[in-house]
Amino acid sequence: MKEEIIIAGFGGQGVLSMGKILAYSGLMDGKEVTWMPAYGPEQRGGTANVTVIVSDEKISSPILSTYDIAIILNQPSLEKFESKVKPGGILIYDGYGIINPPTRKDIGVYCIDAMDEATEMKNTKAFNMIVLGGLLKIKPMVAIESVLKGLKKTLPVRHHHLIPMNEQAIIRGGEIIRKQ
Amino acid sequence: MTKEEIISQGTLAYKKPTLLNDTQMHYCPGCSHGVVHKLVAEVIEEMGMEDKALGISPVGCAVFIYKYIDIDWEEAAHGRAPALATAMKRLWNDRLVFTYQGDGDLACIGTGETIHALNRGENITIIFINNAIYGMTGGQMAPTTLMGMKTSTSPFGRDAKLHGYPLHITEIAATLEGTAYVSRQSVESVAAIRKAKKAIRKAFDYSMAGKGSNLVEIVSTCNSGWKMSPEKANEWMKENMFDYYPKGDLKDIGAE
Amino acid sequence: MEKEVLLMKGNEAIALAAIRYGVDGYFGYPITPQSEILETLTLEKPWETTGMVVLQAESEVASINMVYGGAGTGKKVMTSSSSPGMSLMQEGVSYIAGAELPCLLVNVMRGGPGLGTIQPSQADYFQSVKGGGHGDYRVITLAPNSVQEMADFVKLGFDLAFKYRNPALILSDGVIGQMMEKIVLPEQVKRRTDEEVVKQCPWAATGHTKDRKPNWITSLELSPEEMEKNNIRFQEKYKEIEKNEVLYEEIQCEDADYLIVAFGSMARIGSKAIEIAREQGIKVGLLRPITLWPFPKDIISEYADKVKGMLSLEINAGQMVEDVRLTVNGRIPVEHFGRLGGIVPDPDKVVEALKAKIIQ
Repeated sequence: MKEEIIIAGFGGQGVLSMGKILAYSGLMDGKEVTWMPAYGPEQRGGTANVTVIVSDEKISSPILSTYDIAIILNQPSLEKFESKVKPGGILIYDGYGIINPPTRKDIGVYCIDAMDEATEMKNTKAFNMIVLGGLLKIKPMVAIESVLKGLKKTLPVRHHHLIPMNEQAIIRGGEIIRKQ
Repeated sequence: MTKEEIISQGTLAYKKPTLLNDTQMHYCPGCSHGVVHKLVAEVIEEMGMEDKALGISPVGCAVFIYKYIDIDWEEAAHGRAPALATAMKRLWNDRLVFTYQGDGDLACIGTGETIHALNRGENITIIFINNAIYGMTGGQMAPTTLMGMKTSTSPFGRDAKLHGYPLHITEIAATLEGTAYVSRQSVESVAAIRKAKKAIRKAFDYSMAGKGSNLVEIVSTCNSGWKMSPEKANEWMKENMFDYYPKGDLKDIGAE
Repeated sequence: MEKEVLLMKGNEAIALAAIRYGVDGYFGYPITPQSEILETLTLEKPWETTGMVVLQAESEVASINMVYGGAGTGKKVMTSSSSPGMSLMQEGVSYIAGAELPCLLVNVMRGGPGLGTIQPSQADYFQSVKGGGHGDYRVITLAPNSVQEMADFVKLGFDLAFKYRNPALILSDGVIGQMMEKIVLPEQVKRRTDEEVVKQCPWAATGHTKDRKPNWITSLELSPEEMEKNNIRFQEKYKEIEKNEVLYEEIQCEDADYLIVAFGSMARIGSKAIEIAREQGIKVGLLRPITLWPFPKDIISEYADKVKGMLSLEINAGQMVEDVRLTVNGRIPVEHFGRLGGIVPDPDKVVEALKAKIIQ
């Protein structure tokens, strides 16, 4: 098993932390992982992206030309990364930020209305966990228990009361993701 | 007759400190450095800190101070002595750490390191020799060169339009919250030498007591750089330097 | 007990490894992309646990001179920065080399020249392996290609620095500094006591005791004859380091027709390029210098007689390629491929370059 993933969107959407949680969950499952952000001032307001690789084997390059999975959370990221999904790969996007949806037919395209759902849940912070839930429904590369274990490890104790909410968001993400 | 034999037959009225070794100093006759070196050595001895003193020498005339006072030394890059002292004191808290710097080293190229070390309240002492000139490189203008004073790079006299004004770094130091003791002294007379020694002792005591950072400026002569006889240089210093650089304690948290 | 596997950035790994390895002092100034080193250290508060000193200096110039001061007292001291900051430090590094002191430097490289960019680069190769500051001196240069090596090379760097009383440098870049990977941290080592430092470093300025002469830490020697002697001693030491301390890794080199030479992050990307090339039937191997100085000349020279061409893969305009060419000495074609301005070449482009420049 080896999944090469790009997560891309606006800074502040939780792109980097979603990648981090995914990488941490992979670690909990005993897999090899890398997390490589496009770092810098882009974090604040501009576009942000992170490459996450989860693999059974040792990982060579943390920087890639093409991806198995692209998680796209805004229009500029879709334009940048749609063509870089490997044939037969997967593209997941949030319908909220996308005006011109993806057009490729040789990949699996999924839509998840995570922003709308987070608003409905009255918790915009749950947004990235809803997206993660959607991803894990399509590609269960790590166990949800590992995600929760990872959260417990990475979140400061004062935020542990948020874990049930995150679990709920992951489950909800799995329910609302749909094939385009 | 050997030195020891001469001493054994006489009555000891005065001796140089043991830490000051017999190496012939490279300083010009009449230079203030020799006197200040002696004071530093005496104070270290009187404190019993011979094996705990760490000195940092500058780039400038005093670069070779390590050859004359028998303690452990580090020789810094130009202006950086307070940075070295910062690390040395933080890593060896029970050591007496001090720098010995001239005006070009401390108040020009090393202004940043000086201000920041003092402002952090590093428990160190800076001995600052201010002779208003670059001695070692041959008498160029220093940040502390007086208005109108002729040097090899201000041959027509220091001109505010060209060179700006003499920098009162010791006054600046006194305004910093990190400083404990800031004093300006000189060594032009026996009375002045005694006062200067007391100031150095207080600064060293404060450093060891962890009270904060300490600066002792010694207004000094550079008769070679000033192109005067030693005696004339002493007079010139009294007449001209002390107006710009008035002597006395500028700050003493122990006295407040 | 099984060791705990953690996930962290390369920069964080350096900081935590420094605490674990019993480093006495860190002096640094913030600069992207390495600020996490100082941030992690201040967050961990090692002064309350191991007694390690951590200080944010007023500039890189002050940082390196604090390192100079601390190193002269025999303590294990280090600093870190990124390219523009390392340029500022070079005078101090020259003094440290000239005074023959051990210390650890970390450069998480970004693109230049000038203020340049904060994105990854390897354009400080020349500065690192050819001396960097004024005078004839060398810095032991280690190039980690993983987060684990970022941590491991803290120990390796200090061990070599103390063995030879010479500065050692971890030459990393924005990719390795910013990426997160699995890592096992070293066991906590106790810092040496002051007495142990005095015993281990009889040359250091620790306070003059009657059983020895006063110690002078200096790079100054005004007598040309004496200064030449000092320089000859340095050169002999450098030869010794070149003889003993070369480190490299060979990846799929046994049957290779072509060789990629790459260090640090580019060695990771090069490994992926090898996978892609081999899927296309091109037999290519990768030689990764782990020490950039001393440079692995002998092994590269051996491969010059075995392969048809070499591609030096670097995020710069072609620096290490000069050392590869010197070593190969015209026996086979040696070309360079890299991107500039903070762009990291992706593996596909490396394979394209290999075909265009070497295989033809």
